[in-house]
Amino acid sequence: MSDGPAIVVENLIKQFPGAARPVVDGCSFSVAPGELVVLLGPSGCGKTTLLKMVNRLYEPTAGRIIVNGVDAGQVPVAALRRQIGYVIQQTGLFPHMRIEDNIAVVPRLLRWPRARINDRIDELLALIGLPHDYRKRYPRQLSGGEQQRVGIARALAADPPVMLMDEPFGALDAITRTRLQDELLSLQSKVHKTILFVTHDVDEALRLADKVIVMRAGKLVQFDRPLKLLTRPADEFVTKLLSTGDPLRRLSLIEVGSIAAQLAHSSRGSGTAPCLKTTTDLRTALSLLLEGGEEQLPVVDEGGQIIGTLSFDTLRVAMQQLEQPVVDSHEQGR
Amino acid sequence: MTPTMEPIISSLKLKYLVTHFGDVLLRFREHLVMTLVALLIALLVAFPIGILVSRYRRLEGPIISALNLLYTIPSLALLVLFITIPFIGLGTDNAVVVLVIYAQIILVRNIVVGLKGVDPDVLEAARGMGMGSAQRLLQIELPLALPVIIAGIRIAAVTIIGIGIVAALVNAGGLGRLLFDGVSRNYPDMIVAGALGATALAGLTNVALRLVERRVALSVSGQD
Repeated sequence: MSDGPAIVVENLIKQFPGAARPVVDGCSFSVAPGELVVLLGPSGCGKTTLLKMVNRLYEPTAGRIIVNGVDAGQVPVAALRRQIGYVIQQTGLFPHMRIEDNIAVVPRLLRWPRARINDRIDELLALIGLPHDYRKRYPRQLSGGEQQRVGIARALAADPPVMLMDEPFGALDAITRTRLQDELLSLQSKVHKTILFVTHDVDEALRLADKVIVMRAGKLVQFDRPLKLLTRPADEFVTKLLSTGDPLRRLSLIEVGSIAAQLAHSSRGSGTAPCLKTTTDLRTALSLLLEGGEEQLPVVDEGGQIIGTLSFDTLRVAMQQLEQPVVDSHEQGR
Repeated sequence: MTPTMEPIISSLKLKYLVTHFGDVLLRFREHLVMTLVALLIALLVAFPIGILVSRYRRLEGPIISALNLLYTIPSLALLVLFITIPFIGLGTDNAVVVLVIYAQIILVRNIVVGLKGVDPDVLEAARGMGMGSAQRLLQIELPLALPVIIAGIRIAAVTIIGIGIVAALVNAGGLGRLLFDGVSRNYPDMIVAGALGATALAGLTNVALRLVERRVALSVSGQD
């Protein structure tokens, strides 16, 4: 794999025959290896169409996509798709195949030796946290959440560097969806794939994304880190779509560790009160403050050492700092 | 044969069946072979047509209409018509050609409906994972369409068995022979033997294929 971006999209346009205007209208961006980028926007904004041009389920009308340094349009389409993991909403698992055979589809297409495929199936079931005896089951015998885990395992089977996920959790209930989002994040911390993830769910986007691409009517409106979207929305549309003014939403994107400098210095534990970790987000910290009726809560580092305390004042200061204009680093590359 | 059975056999007009069981079995076998040969050829013809129609939807209207039209031609007319064609003439070949034609609409329609019924999400996943067109057809589409296709085979088989009776009129043999001979010789027991044989053949075929159909339906939906 080259050191350059994993995915480069250049002036991408898709116009379906007979349509009045392009569905995707001149999008350009690039995604670094190992980044999870969410395509966010209302239905019909072109996000799914854009995604499907990456593995050429749709062919671009104009522009090009470079995947791992190679122009996707110049690679045989089957070969391209076998090196891009693909997860869709209703899982698309093959109902007549056992879980092991579903997972083995791409490795078999790539003619892996039987033993290697066998080991890979076990490895993936362990990775997604499903018991070994699920190998012999059929998709229908699994719950929706389990099926979607298998869908992810199947996409990971041949260890593709790039994954495309098209509203993978859209059809799941809220509790299962949140759990799978957590699992995806912990999975991603192990496998470091370059992921393009389509959703219309703002909370999901902000939770999962390293960066978010906000789309509207086929155009890329803003490409930024989640917190930046909330604090510096590009226009009225982004402000509205993400309810950027919502303080709780902002707090949920900041970890306690990132405001360590503002914590009051105290090594005093508070008896029964819960400790905050550096990875706890400020919204959860606020909830815990309100819940326990405490004025402040101790913060501990990974080693369990108390590094300071967090109070309502700390939160207020953190919020105020977000309001202040910061020097734009132009990292969105537009 | 015990003497007490005699009046029952006689009143039920089963005498021919009992006394000429070997002959009836011969006709039964002729009918079965004719049915199997016709069904096999019909499937070989119907699969390419069905797959083609499901790939090119524009063909569906014209081809299904044409096959429907063939189906509406009375079977006797078609059988007699083919006598006039060189290389076909009288006999089993004639019957098989006609039976293959009648089975087409049933088989093609079910193949098309079965392939159309495959979940588009499943197909998109297959495409997105890099399966080629032939791989999708063989590994995904046909297996998932199989219950509907087998239902078509069942209906086609029973239809072929029925029309096969008329085929005796063009010297194709089979159980129709017993029926027509029984009529011309005014021999009711012979007619009964032919009718019972045909009913048994059609009935058993129907039941057997229905069992296969259920088994396959459970298996492809992952519930076995």
